[in-house]
Amino acid sequence: MPNGYVLFEGDYAMKTTAVNITEKEYLLPGNRTCPGCALSLAYRYILKALEGQVIVTVPASCLTVLHGMYPVTSVTVPCVNTPFATTAASATGLVAGLKALGKEGLTVLAVAGDGGTHDIGIQALSAAAERQTDFLYICYDNEGYMNTGNQRSGSTPLGAISGTTPIVGKQQNQKDIAAIMEAHGIPYVATANASYPLDLYEKVRKAKMIRGTRFIHVFVPCSPGWGFPFSETIKIGRLAVETGWVILYEVEDGVFRLTSASESIAEKSNLKPLREYLVEQGRFKNITEEQIGILQRWVNARWKRCLDRAGDSQS
Amino acid sequence: MNKKIARKADTWILDGNRAAAQGAKLSRVQVIAAYPITPQSPVTERLSEFVEKRELDAQYIAVESEHSALAVCTSASMVGARTFTATSSHGLAYMHEMLHWAAGARLPVVLACVNRAIGAPWNVLNDQQDSVSQRDTGWIQVYARNNQEILDSIIQAYRIAESIYVPVMVCYDGYVLSHTEMPVDVPSQEAVDRFLPRYKPHTILDPANPKNYNLVTLANPRINAEGVLCHGYMELRYLLQEALQNSRETIVKVGQEFGELFGRSYASMFWEDRLDDADVVIVAMGSLAMEAIVAADMLREGGHKVGVLGLRVFRPFPKAELARALEKSRLVVIFDKNISYGLEGATCSEIKSALYGSPARAVIRDFIVGLGGRDVKAREMADAVKRSLLSVNEGDLNREYAEWICAI
Amino acid sequence: MGTRDCQHICDESSPAVGEAGKTGEWRDSFPVIDQEKCLPARQNKPSCFLCWLYCPDAVVSRTIPIRIDMEYCKGCGICAQICPVHAISMANEAGFCRDKTD
Repeated sequence: MPNGYVLFEGDYAMKTTAVNITEKEYLLPGNRTCPGCALSLAYRYILKALEGQVIVTVPASCLTVLHGMYPVTSVTVPCVNTPFATTAASATGLVAGLKALGKEGLTVLAVAGDGGTHDIGIQALSAAAERQTDFLYICYDNEGYMNTGNQRSGSTPLGAISGTTPIVGKQQNQKDIAAIMEAHGIPYVATANASYPLDLYEKVRKAKMIRGTRFIHVFVPCSPGWGFPFSETIKIGRLAVETGWVILYEVEDGVFRLTSASESIAEKSNLKPLREYLVEQGRFKNITEEQIGILQRWVNARWKRCLDRAGDSQS
Repeated sequence: MNKKIARKADTWILDGNRAAAQGAKLSRVQVIAAYPITPQSPVTERLSEFVEKRELDAQYIAVESEHSALAVCTSASMVGARTFTATSSHGLAYMHEMLHWAAGARLPVVLACVNRAIGAPWNVLNDQQDSVSQRDTGWIQVYARNNQEILDSIIQAYRIAESIYVPVMVCYDGYVLSHTEMPVDVPSQEAVDRFLPRYKPHTILDPANPKNYNLVTLANPRINAEGVLCHGYMELRYLLQEALQNSRETIVKVGQEFGELFGRSYASMFWEDRLDDADVVIVAMGSLAMEAIVAADMLREGGHKVGVLGLRVFRPFPKAELARALEKSRLVVIFDKNISYGLEGATCSEIKSALYGSPARAVIRDFIVGLGGRDVKAREMADAVKRSLLSVNEGDLNREYAEWICAI
Repeated sequence: MGTRDCQHICDESSPAVGEAGKTGEWRDSFPVIDQEKCLPARQNKPSCFLCWLYCPDAVVSRTIPIRIDMEYCKGCGICAQICPVHAISMANEAGFCRDKTD
């Protein structure tokens, strides 16, 4: 086996593989996303997992761009666009409308970016979760307002250059949206990453079967926004996991479990230094040593919490 | 149709909020999303009570904001559910974005607006600044004069909204109507069911026929995959304007049919009182039109030929009908419970625009009254009319700005 | 020529390939597959297919041999990066065009 092949071991450890996963596509070629778009990749597997039996609601975001321009769409599932702050409220309306009409068997899927989730959409999302609305909310996180040209969001990391932190970089770190959603006591919270599409696929499949509010955070590296070549989307996403910037886990009815690559990193105790992830991206070109230190400590503390929780779940 | 059955109604003593809730219930709304705000809160309480008691088979969503309330309604409406929300003042202002969205997506949502002043400073009492500020969002706006009209207008609102796919806002004055009890004929469910057919959405949300709605739309028309030239953004906007223009016919027809079934006709965009011989006409909107009738009585006692025109439908604005109705008047005195800052009351501007180019040659006076719940007495209105007559007789024809009835 | 024929009263879109046009025209480089190296082709049985798995645009086919829809491939190069046996390389688009016209 060639050397590089072990990289993908995680994918093959699961029962779904590139060979047996459904071939049916719900995302059509010739869409409007940038080359190498991780959102496009993630969305491919989200829709595969839901087998098209879905109504999607989407706020202003890169996903709106992907869906296309009237009168043509690049996606073969029904979708409503909704104003920026209203994703979860719109989903609530879809759920209520379907229920009122006695229509069953469809998943109501809300997909919003980090701006639409961490920032402008958090009020509606929090309320929908509190109401135990029966829907799946997926936040795809490219750590900024990429659709409007890369302005800082509540998810942009400390030290990152953005359109609105153009010279010294962002002075605050991101908020942990998955932890915020977990605090709502919802039945399913998971984190995923476009670079691990089969892990994402499995999580969406699982979420589909659960009733109540389900939340999945999907990390999607953004080539033009973060400053790395199109071809390295997968590599950057993997580095994020390998350095602990992103931790792949799921919390099902309060039970925490590391998944995929994060699970094997925990087993092997081989977390890489965060610096390896940061140096690959133009947005961190002005980051200071002090900031790298702050971020590394933040990563270490969160990684330890996750290891502790994973240990608690097992014991 | 058996009209006898339809006309069989019970007379209840209801405040305006209860009348609105009854109207929504009789319309068999399927999804209700609302957020409490004074003075609208009792509407949402009544509706949640109907749902919990299973008197109404609907999904009641207690949302966290008015913005979300209308977002719930728009998406539920797209699925094909009949939706209702109610709000006031700041709540309506908070909905502003979604008001545009609902009309732009052509969703027949019905909203009860319990008219209340808007801050700063805080004020929970009545004026019409809230709904008048939303006149350009593409909604039909109907104003009720009393609690019977609230109930009747909500039922009609669904017929109108669902036949032309334009959302309808039914407005009524906070406290003056919302918290004042009066007799209301409540029609039977059977009769309302005959009047109001099931809602048929124009949108399709079905995985077997996957349509996408409200994607980015270009300025210019664009060809679809089948080679058909589809609208640009501007054509879609034209269609909404066209729908509003043509809605006058629907509103009158539905109002007339309602009258035939229930004995109360709404076959006009405005109410007329003694216009036939009037050379002075008082114009007011909502409950103020009732007060204007008392003022007209006083003036008639003093020998003035005064009539009243109560605006019922503010959007679409009944330009041609209004110009005809005011053709013979010498003086039109408008009382506005709103102000378009820097100009004048909104109904005054609309009426001036309606009369331009028509044979009507009336002098127009505008009075800003009743903001933030300031009591508007019939005597004050009558005095304002007398003052106007006096000044007109002295040759003072045009006033640049509205006069305010206040203590400054 | 008006737009009433489309019958829409609001913005209603239907799915079609190539919503953004022939996105293959965006490319500045294009993938070249060496079938001698490609695992499914070499083994003549379904295996690997990571290029298919990771393509953001769903333009790689899960067939033996794999094929890439060059009309819509945006040339991101993820397939070349991800291939465990380096069977895919990216070639300069300008060269490709010259070769074709020659």
